Amino acid sequence: MVEVSTPVKWLLRVLAIGYVFFLVAWPVTTIVRQAFADGLGTFVEIFSDEQAVNALTLTVQVAVQAVLINLVFGVGISLLLVRYEFPGKRVLSALVDLPMAVSPVVVGLSLLLVYNGRDGWFGEHLEKWGVQIIFSGTGMIMATCFVALPLVIREVVPVLTEIGDDQEQAARSLGANARQTFWRITLPSIKWAVVYGVVLSLARSLGEFGAVKIVSGNVANQTQTATLLVEKQYQSFDQAGAYATSFVLAFVSVLCIVVVSILRPKEHH
Amino acid sequence: MATATVGATARPTSPRRRAGARTTLTAGSSLGLGIAVTWFSLLVLIPLTAIVATSAGRGWSGYVDTLANPQTMAAIQLTVGQSLLVTVINIVMGTVIAWVLVRDRFWGRAVLDVIIDIPFALPTIVAGLVLLGLYGNGSPIGLDWAYTERAVLLALAFVTLPFIVRTVQPVLEELDHDVEEAAASLGAKRLTIFRRIILPSLAPAIAAGAALSFARAIAEYGSLVLLSGNKPFSTEVVSVRVLSFIENGSTESAAAVASLMLAVALFVIVVLDVVQRRVSRRG
Amino acid sequence: MSIEVTNVTKKYGDFYALDDVSVSLPTGQLTALLGPSGGGKSTLLRIIAGLDTADSGSVAIEGTNATKLPPQKRNVGFVFQHYAVFKHMTVAKNVAFGLEIRKTPKAEVKRRVGELLELVHLSQFADRLPSQLSGGQRQRMALARALAVEPSVLLLDEPFGALDAKVRKELREWLRRLHDEVHVTTVFVTHDQEEAMEVADEIVVINQGRVEQVGSPDQLYDEPANDFVMGFLGEVTRLGPVRLRPHDIEVATTPGRAGTFPGTVTRLLRVGFEVRLQVELEDVSRDGRSATSSTTGVGAAPVSVVLPRSHARSLDLELGSRVWLTAAVGAVTVPAMVPAVVAV
Repeated sequence: MVEVSTPVKWLLRVLAIGYVFFLVAWPVTTIVRQAFADGLGTFVEIFSDEQAVNALTLTVQVAVQAVLINLVFGVGISLLLVRYEFPGKRVLSALVDLPMAVSPVVVGLSLLLVYNGRDGWFGEHLEKWGVQIIFSGTGMIMATCFVALPLVIREVVPVLTEIGDDQEQAARSLGANARQTFWRITLPSIKWAVVYGVVLSLARSLGEFGAVKIVSGNVANQTQTATLLVEKQYQSFDQAGAYATSFVLAFVSVLCIVVVSILRPKEHH
Repeated sequence: MATATVGATARPTSPRRRAGARTTLTAGSSLGLGIAVTWFSLLVLIPLTAIVATSAGRGWSGYVDTLANPQTMAAIQLTVGQSLLVTVINIVMGTVIAWVLVRDRFWGRAVLDVIIDIPFALPTIVAGLVLLGLYGNGSPIGLDWAYTERAVLLALAFVTLPFIVRTVQPVLEELDHDVEEAAASLGAKRLTIFRRIILPSLAPAIAAGAALSFARAIAEYGSLVLLSGNKPFSTEVVSVRVLSFIENGSTESAAAVASLMLAVALFVIVVLDVVQRRVSRRG
Repeated sequence: MSIEVTNVTKKYGDFYALDDVSVSLPTGQLTALLGPSGGGKSTLLRIIAGLDTADSGSVAIEGTNATKLPPQKRNVGFVFQHYAVFKHMTVAKNVAFGLEIRKTPKAEVKRRVGELLELVHLSQFADRLPSQLSGGQRQRMALARALAVEPSVLLLDEPFGALDAKVRKELREWLRRLHDEVHVTTVFVTHDQEEAMEVADEIVVINQGRVEQVGSPDQLYDEPANDFVMGFLGEVTRLGPVRLRPHDIEVATTPGRAGTFPGTVTRLLRVGFEVRLQVELEDVSRDGRSATSSTTGVGAAPVSVVLPRSHARSLDLELGSRVWLTAAVGAVTVPAMVPAVVAV
C-alpha cells in the first residue's frame, strides 16, 4: 500500500473529522443538551402527555407493520432476483431501487392520487366497499413500506449472490424440499443480512415524515405520528417538547445503527 | 460393461425456448413472483404512474405553465443549484472521509465510522431540528443561518453525507495493493498513483454515490421544514412547493412538479444500474 | 444397469452442452466421466442428479424413470467440487441433515452419523464448524453427508478439483478404498486422466457434448477409439504416418532394420527417472527414396520420445546425436491426421 506523507495524512484526517464533527456530531449532541435542559422534567411530561404517548404508540405500530411487510416482500423478491431467471428481471431489479431516489413528498402524492376516497383511481371504489386507505393507518403503513422498501433487498441480495446456490443444491440432493431448504439452509445463511435490513428499515420507518404527513391527515391522537408531532410542537413554540420527542426518536435511530455496526463485523468471519 | 451410443445423425428438433426469454421459475416461485409484482405495482408502480397521468391532465401547455410559474421556477432553480453544489462537496468530502476510514489508523476511527450512518437513520425532521440547535437562532457558535440558502445547503449536506462514503469505502477496501506497489516500483509518484491508479478504480463508486446523493438532495423535504423557513423565491425547495400545491388542493400542479422529481429519480436509477453492471463486468 | 441415460440433449442458447448422449452405467461400479473442461461431463452428472434438466431424452435410475423427478426424490448423493458445506452447521449436523429431513429417529441418526464419521476419519471433528476443517476434511465430510442417506448412486462433481496435488492423490486412493468397502454405484467427473485411470473401473470419455469412448482404463489406453481419446489419455507424438505414445518409440544409434526414421536430437531433458528427447527427422524416406512431407512428417513438429534414463545413458545420447527411430512392436498407433493434431 502506498503511504501518503505525514502532513497530507494529518490534513485529510483533520478535514474528515472536522467536517463530520461540525455537520453531524456536534449538532446531534445539542439535542441531548436541549432535551435535558430542564432535567428529566420534560420526559416526565412527554410520557404523561396523552398526545405524545399516542403519537409514539402509533409510530411504533405503523413502523412494525411496515417492517414486517417489507421483510417478507424483501426476502422473497431477493430470492427471485438472485436465484431465478425470468423475462423482465433486470427492469424489476432496477425498479425496486426506485423508492430510494423518490422524494417522500412524491410518494405521498402518488398514493394520494390512487387511493384517496374522493377521486382516487382505486380509492373511490374502495371507499364504496368501506375501505379507507388515505387518512388511515393503512395509508400510513403503505407510505412507510414504500420509502423503506429497498433496504432489506439491498442487504440480502449481495449476500445471497455471494453464498451461491451450492448449499441449496446440496440440500435438495439430500432430500430437502423447497420449504425445508429455505428454512434450514437459505435463511440461516442470510440471517445477518436480514437482521441489518430489518434494523435499518425500522430506523427509516420510525422516522418517516413527508410521505406520512400527506397520507395521514395529521389528526392529533389519531393519525399523528411522532415526527409529525415534533413539527407541530416546534411550530407552536413548544421547543422543549419538540426536543424531547426528537430525543426519543434520535435515541432509537442511533441505537439501531449502533446495533448494526456491532453486529456487522461478525459476518466477515 | 457399459455401453454407449452416440447419435451423430440429425439433431432432434423439439421446440426449444427462445434464448433471452429463458425462465427457470417453478410453479411455486411463479406464484411468489406474481404476488410480489402485484404488491409492488399497487404500492409503487401504479401510484407513480398516476403522477405522470395526472400531470398530463391539463395538457402540455398547462404542464409548462405550472412549471414556468415564477415561484415554481425559483424553487426548481434553488433545489437543482443547491443539490449540484452539495453533490460536488460530497464528491470531495465523501472520498476524503472514505479514504481516512480505510487507509488511516487513529483513535476514534470506529466512532467516526458509526457517526457517518447517523444522517441515514436519523428522522429527517429531527435532523432539521439538530441543525437548528447549532446553526440556528441562539447558536452556541454564534452563527444564525436559519431561513437562509446556507441552511438549505447545510440540511442537504447532512442528509446526503453517507452516500459517497458508503459506496467508495468498500471499493477502497477491496483495492489491490499490488497494483499501487507495482506503479510505485515503476517510479510513479504518490499523486500520480492516486490520479492514475486509485481514482479510476473509485470512479464508478463515486459516480454511483454522487447520483444517489443528487437524487436525495432533490427529493429532500423533512430536514428543510424547520430549518429553511420555506420562504418563496428564497428558501423554498421543490418538495415544499409540491406539498403546498397538495395542501391547496391543486393536485395537477403538484403532480406536474412531482413528475419532474420523478424523472430525476428514474434517471438516477438508470445511472446506478449501468454503473453496477459495468463494475460487475469488470469483475 | 443402475443408471440409464438415453438420448439426452442439453442446449445453452446455441451451444450444445450435451448432444444426444446415451450411456449405461452398471450397478456397484466406480465410473469416471472424463473429458476437457466445458465438454459437458458436469452437465451430464447434474442432469442425472436432477440439478439440471435435459431439453430432451430420459434418465432412469435403478429402473425408475427419473427424468421428471426433482432432485430430492431421486435418492442420489451428490458431492460438489467446492464442497457446498452447510457453513452454519457442525460437522455432525451436516452429516445428519439428510437423515433429519427423512424424519429418522434421533437415536438412529446419532448412530449413523457416528458410523459415517468413523468411515471418513472425522470422528474427532464432529462438533467443529466446517470453517475449522481443511479442504480435504471438508470434502470427506461432504462425502459422508452424501452417503448418510444411503443413496442408490453417488455422484461426485470434480470432487478433488479444488484441493492441492498431495491431498488430491491421498483422497483419490482413499475414495477407491472407500468404494471397495461401500460398493455404492459411483460416478465421478474429472478432467484429470491420471485420476480417472487410477480410480475408475470404467471410463466414459466425453468431449464437445458427445461420448467419444467407453471402456476400462486399459482398454482406453491400449485401444483408443480415435485420435481424441488417444490424445486425451496420454502424450502423443507423430512418427511418419502414425501417431503413437512417446514411450512407444525405440531409439537406436545405428541404422538398423527397415522402417526406421533417421533424425537429430535437438532437445534433451532429464525429468526424474526418464529422459525426454525431441528429434528432428531428416528429409529422406525410410527406404532412401525422396518422399513427400505428408508421409515422412518432415516439416511438422519434431518427434517426442521418452525413454528410461538408464537406456538413454547406455546409448550415450547427447544434443546433436544422430538417431534412428522405430515404432515399438505392439505399440498403439492411429493414423496421423493431416494436419497433425497437437498432443494434449
